[in-house]
Amino acid sequence: MPILLPIDVLLLAACAWLAVGFAGILAPRNFFFISKILFPLGAAVAVLAGLTSLRFLGGAAETAVLAIGLPGLPFHLRLDNLTAVFALLVGFAAAGISIFAAGYFRKGEGTAPGLMCLQYHVFLASMLLVLLADDAYAFMVAWECMALSSFFLVTTEHRHAEIRRAGYLYLLIAHVGAIAILLSFGVMTAGSGDYSFAGMRAQQLSSFWASVAFLLALFGFGAKAGLLPVHVWLPEAHPAAPSPVSAMMSGVMLKTAIYGLLRVSFDLVGSPIWWWGVVAMTVGLATAVFGVLYSTVQSDMKRLLAYSSIENIGLLAVALGLALLFHAYRMDGLAALAMTALLYHCLAHAGFKSLLFLCTGSVLHATKERSLGKLGGLIHRMPWVAWLALAGVIASAGLPPLSGFVSEWLLLQAFLFSPGLPHSWLNMVVPVAAAVVALVAALAGFAMVKFYGIVFLGQMREEALKEAQDAGPWERAGLLWLAGLTLALGVLPSTVIGIIDAATAQLLGTGLAERVEEHGWLLLAPITPERASYQPLIFLVVIVAAGLLGRILVRRLYHGRGRRTAAWDCGYVFQGPRAQDTAEGFSQPIRRIFEPMFRMERHFPTLRDEKPYYSVKVEDHLWHWLYLPLARLVNGISTLITALQGGRIAIYLLYSFLTLIVLLLVARP
Amino acid sequence: MTDVPLSAQLINLFASVILLLAFAMLAQRRVLTLINLFALQGLTLALSTLVVAVTTGQTHLYWSAGLTLALKAVLLPWILHRLVRRLEVKWDVEPLIKVPTTMLVGIALVIISFNVALPISQLSSTVSRGTLGIALASVMLAFLMMITRSKAIPQVVGFLAMENGLFLAATSATYGMPMVVELGIALDVLVGAIILGVFFFQIREQFDSLDIRNLEKLKER
Repeated sequence: MPILLPIDVLLLAACAWLAVGFAGILAPRNFFFISKILFPLGAAVAVLAGLTSLRFLGGAAETAVLAIGLPGLPFHLRLDNLTAVFALLVGFAAAGISIFAAGYFRKGEGTAPGLMCLQYHVFLASMLLVLLADDAYAFMVAWECMALSSFFLVTTEHRHAEIRRAGYLYLLIAHVGAIAILLSFGVMTAGSGDYSFAGMRAQQLSSFWASVAFLLALFGFGAKAGLLPVHVWLPEAHPAAPSPVSAMMSGVMLKTAIYGLLRVSFDLVGSPIWWWGVVAMTVGLATAVFGVLYSTVQSDMKRLLAYSSIENIGLLAVALGLALLFHAYRMDGLAALAMTALLYHCLAHAGFKSLLFLCTGSVLHATKERSLGKLGGLIHRMPWVAWLALAGVIASAGLPPLSGFVSEWLLLQAFLFSPGLPHSWLNMVVPVAAAVVALVAALAGFAMVKFYGIVFLGQMREEALKEAQDAGPWERAGLLWLAGLTLALGVLPSTVIGIIDAATAQLLGTGLAERVEEHGWLLLAPITPERASYQPLIFLVVIVAAGLLGRILVRRLYHGRGRRTAAWDCGYVFQGPRAQDTAEGFSQPIRRIFEPMFRMERHFPTLRDEKPYYSVKVEDHLWHWLYLPLARLVNGISTLITALQGGRIAIYLLYSFLTLIVLLLVARP
Repeated sequence: MTDVPLSAQLINLFASVILLLAFAMLAQRRVLTLINLFALQGLTLALSTLVVAVTTGQTHLYWSAGLTLALKAVLLPWILHRLVRRLEVKWDVEPLIKVPTTMLVGIALVIISFNVALPISQLSSTVSRGTLGIALASVMLAFLMMITRSKAIPQVVGFLAMENGLFLAATSATYGMPMVVELGIALDVLVGAIILGVFFFQIREQFDSLDIRNLEKLKER
């Protein structure tokens, strides 16, 4: 019997993060101490947390009771396989981000570094506690800590009004979501007053109340994850935050919402009903299509990535819906396939999206520029960042041999079995969903080509870019770590599935590992090799070999006759950087094809303009259809309520006086 | 009601005096007289508490009585007197509602209070249970006074008188609150009075008057 159980180690890791955070407060202005000692320390703790979860996976659940909080209401904690998969994600992603952050933060930007360090590590610790919580009380406390600390991180540069606005929007939606989550927990206690998760599992809810709990959870966690229609905070908050924070929020925090959804729908609420799957899938598809379309038309690189995160969350919701659907019809082998795709995509997205956000951070520091229209050709000045970003871009576009391909491939495999569903409508409609998923994957590829091509390839659009410096050693280490994870997830799918399978088995009762592992670690065949199989390592070797061969052939055959010319010159005599495709121009076809999906404000130059210019502003329809009317409504109601507040003390006193008398008369013994 | 012991009669007497004083305060227009009436109410309250203490032999009630005497009959009236002199607000109070109307509302409140307190006092077994209705009525009357006055000092006197009523309710229903609570409340009242005193100066400086109707400008929009 070891002295420290894995759950104790994870708890200690959370405490260590808190301690590191508070150590930052001790010397809030000591820049060296905070960035070169505390942040790497936090990364070491993150690695520890990740390794502990990795070692735990497959083990029996452990519980602990922490006697803090209100008297008689301790925190219940539990480490099971689902928690461990997500704790693994938090630990490994946070390790890379923290290392990067050690080199990223500069003196004299926004919040004092010590305060920033505190907020960042409280954020990490609360995410870990969200995963460990085993009662609604501990969960909500950790959840709110997470929301608040990330709010402060988003508003690091709070002197800009737009950043304050983004932070406010984030906080507002986070709280609306938290209320829905709390209500969902309340429904699941079924009036027993027992808010521990064990108590909720023991309740037998009627199908109506179970559905209410599920829908509330979908809304509440969806608000945190960025599902339609509560996604609006995401493209505002992600660009507003400093890059490591965006990476943390997009790569890691969104996954805690997915964790919550899995926890509620597969663990707490009892057996699912088939139409939940349809709801989750519909919302997911809408979110994915929306996210990917908007990400293609963005011209701010962080907004582009934020919309791409919305798309990925949509895909995760689709996978969740599919898993629910199969699970509800007791087709647990296929549910396990969808669930594996879901968990795999969580891990993959955590890796590549964090990587990409960190790369934008390096670009931002090197160029002071976020707008795609002013970047270009950075691969010549920032080769490290450019090559590592390429790994993230390939994974994000869902191309082999990196991580994004594996999860999307698994998801599509799961879809291919949906005709087997015992429901005549479903087995006709669900394959259409598969087609939409394929469309989303293709458009995601387009968005990534745009992102990479415009930032790193071609010619530099501005003179100032020639001064750009590559990332420093800390930043490179962080990027390398995440790129390594992306590569490992891409080429070792059988091994990874073997690791996360414990969680799938816990949720569904059956896993995928046996079928996957019988073919060895080289070949991935989730059902049978005859049906579909994928050998990523061989794929990688072939790609690398073909690339090298091509290079050698070109060198040999054209030896001495090659000449260097400006990138993307297209054979024209004169082609300056200004004549390259712009961010807007590149995505113009998409904007045309999907015109009804966007709300556009365009300005065309006329013949008489002294300074002709063209501009296009793409906005979200939902903002005008849903949010602004809602805001007006709330404003109207609050104006009515202000009428109560006349400002006269006598009237205020009269209110309480009348209330007192009415209460005395009503509440008589 | 033939064999009522002397102590209970005394307590009832004092309680009635307190109620009478509450009405007097409601009708009083002069600030200085108002403060004197308040001091008198405090004195009566202290005496009533003393009688309860002697009858029941509860030692902590002696402390309560002493505290009430010191605080409500001496210290607070003295502070208020000083304030009035410093602020030179000896003029007549202008109630928002006419005094006769206020008195009529007050009578209605007393009836309501007695009606409400009757079932509660039947549950109680203390000597002084009959005074619960009176205590409630004096709370209500003090509250009414706070509502109807537009100047700051009468409002504060109303606030303090309300506390008197609460104290009477506590002694009559349960022989007083625990000592700690009582001390806490006494301190609260004292601190409250001092803070309000500071506010008076601020209000006067800001608006050149102690009329709280000026504060209406402070609301949002």
